[in-house]
Amino acid sequence: MNFAVIDKVLLNSFHELQNYFTLAGRTFVRIFQRPFYYREFAVQFDKLGFSSLFICVLTGLFSGMVMALQSLIQLKPFAATSYVGGMVAVTMIKELGPVLAALMVAGRVGSAITAELGTMVVTEQVDAMRVEGTDIIKRLVAPRLKAMLLALPLLTIVTDMVSVIGGYIMSAGYGINPVMYISGLPQFMVFQDLIEGVAKPAVFGIIIAVTGCYVGLNTRGGAEGVGAAAKKAVVLSSVLILVCDFFLAKIFVVFRG
Amino acid sequence: MTTSNSIRMEKVCYSIGGRTILEDFDFRLEHGVNRTILGVSGAGKTTILKLLLGLLEPDSGNIFIGDLQITGLPESSFMQERRRIAIVFQGGALFDSMTVGENVGYRLFEEGKLSLTEITNTVMEKLTFVGVEAALDLYPSELSGGMKKRVAIARALAADPDYIFFDEPTTGLDPIGVYNICKLMQRLQAEGKTTLMVTHDLATAFTVSQRFTFLHKAHMLFEGSEEEMKACDIAEVREFLEPTDGSLFIV
Repeated sequence: MNFAVIDKVLLNSFHELQNYFTLAGRTFVRIFQRPFYYREFAVQFDKLGFSSLFICVLTGLFSGMVMALQSLIQLKPFAATSYVGGMVAVTMIKELGPVLAALMVAGRVGSAITAELGTMVVTEQVDAMRVEGTDIIKRLVAPRLKAMLLALPLLTIVTDMVSVIGGYIMSAGYGINPVMYISGLPQFMVFQDLIEGVAKPAVFGIIIAVTGCYVGLNTRGGAEGVGAAAKKAVVLSSVLILVCDFFLAKIFVVFRG
Repeated sequence: MTTSNSIRMEKVCYSIGGRTILEDFDFRLEHGVNRTILGVSGAGKTTILKLLLGLLEPDSGNIFIGDLQITGLPESSFMQERRRIAIVFQGGALFDSMTVGENVGYRLFEEGKLSLTEITNTVMEKLTFVGVEAALDLYPSELSGGMKKRVAIARALAADPDYIFFDEPTTGLDPIGVYNICKLMQRLQAEGKTTLMVTHDLATAFTVSQRFTFLHKAHMLFEGSEEEMKACDIAEVREFLEPTDGSLFIV
């Protein structure tokens, strides 16, 4: 690979990165500008948020159960099974709940956003909207971002709650009573953990919405292009979620002191 | 402030993926002169429409809507001038998630200046004009190709533009559909709208336009009336009008 190729690849990468952040920045500005497209927001909230509820409940339930199962096996030799509730809660609320919910939503919703916008691009609907005088960022991107900003933290809270319940269902089989299970929670958690558990999905929501919209609006080609764009959006969102999770965790650790 | 009644391109160059689509291209659409841009598929005809609308940014050169040079300007700053132009895209480009009525009234809803009753009346008037008023509550997926194009024309008319661009309006239609679209375009012209059409359909072009531009390999090879075009001795134009072996168009 010669320098010209490396130069071109780097330039393209930085160009893409610049465009991605430009779209994110413009969308944030437009969130506060009229018209607010309330109807579009409601539709997107239903499509992106409410429709993902079932998959998040399932994810939370089985993650909580498997977390409790593994913890109980590890804690039993030390006669510390009473701590299982705290362990499940802290792991799920701080880390697994936000990440798993976000990955599920990225797979389900990120691809849907990209496919919808990509299809609109290749069938010239986006161009038609622009000609009709519509600001497409305000009309297409901002409502999706607002919907994700609200929906993903709520979905994560549901995932966390269900996972704790799932943990209890598994623990009950090992003779842990509800009081013992719940009393373990405050021993492992502080209020900041709850903040962390809600702040992370908000950031992940931004990643899913902006990535989905960015890739969708830059779709080229026909049906094949839409398919490739949807795949790209899911992979990119998932990787960004995992990378950002690390940095967010680092930031929260620093603030914790 | 727009005073000039024309849309024009000056020395426009446009390329994509290393391929030159237009090179030093000059074009002028005067109000009242219905024009067709002809050329083989892939010659860059649709690109011209998108450049004129400011949907694409040229590599160099200037584009004017009236007196306003739109090249390099953010879209929001020439929205007012662009309202004078509407376009009927090749596939109709109707919004999937909206009914026919919502599609036609889209711009009026967006502007928010009219009441719901006024918008409904306007929508019905435009749909009646194009002859698809029965499709008011249908979704685009429930329409035939010809109906989609007619709804797209109704949507273009809703904003009462001065200029209407047509991108391959007769492609994929049966002869009756082609006839209906031609009649509609002629009615629009009679109502004072200026049409700019891109097509490779000669019969339609000669039916609805007075001036013709022939595009070939990023350049304008011919500009003139129907008679001038038919008498033109440029080899590519002759080959386009009366194809023999098509060798001049092999890229």
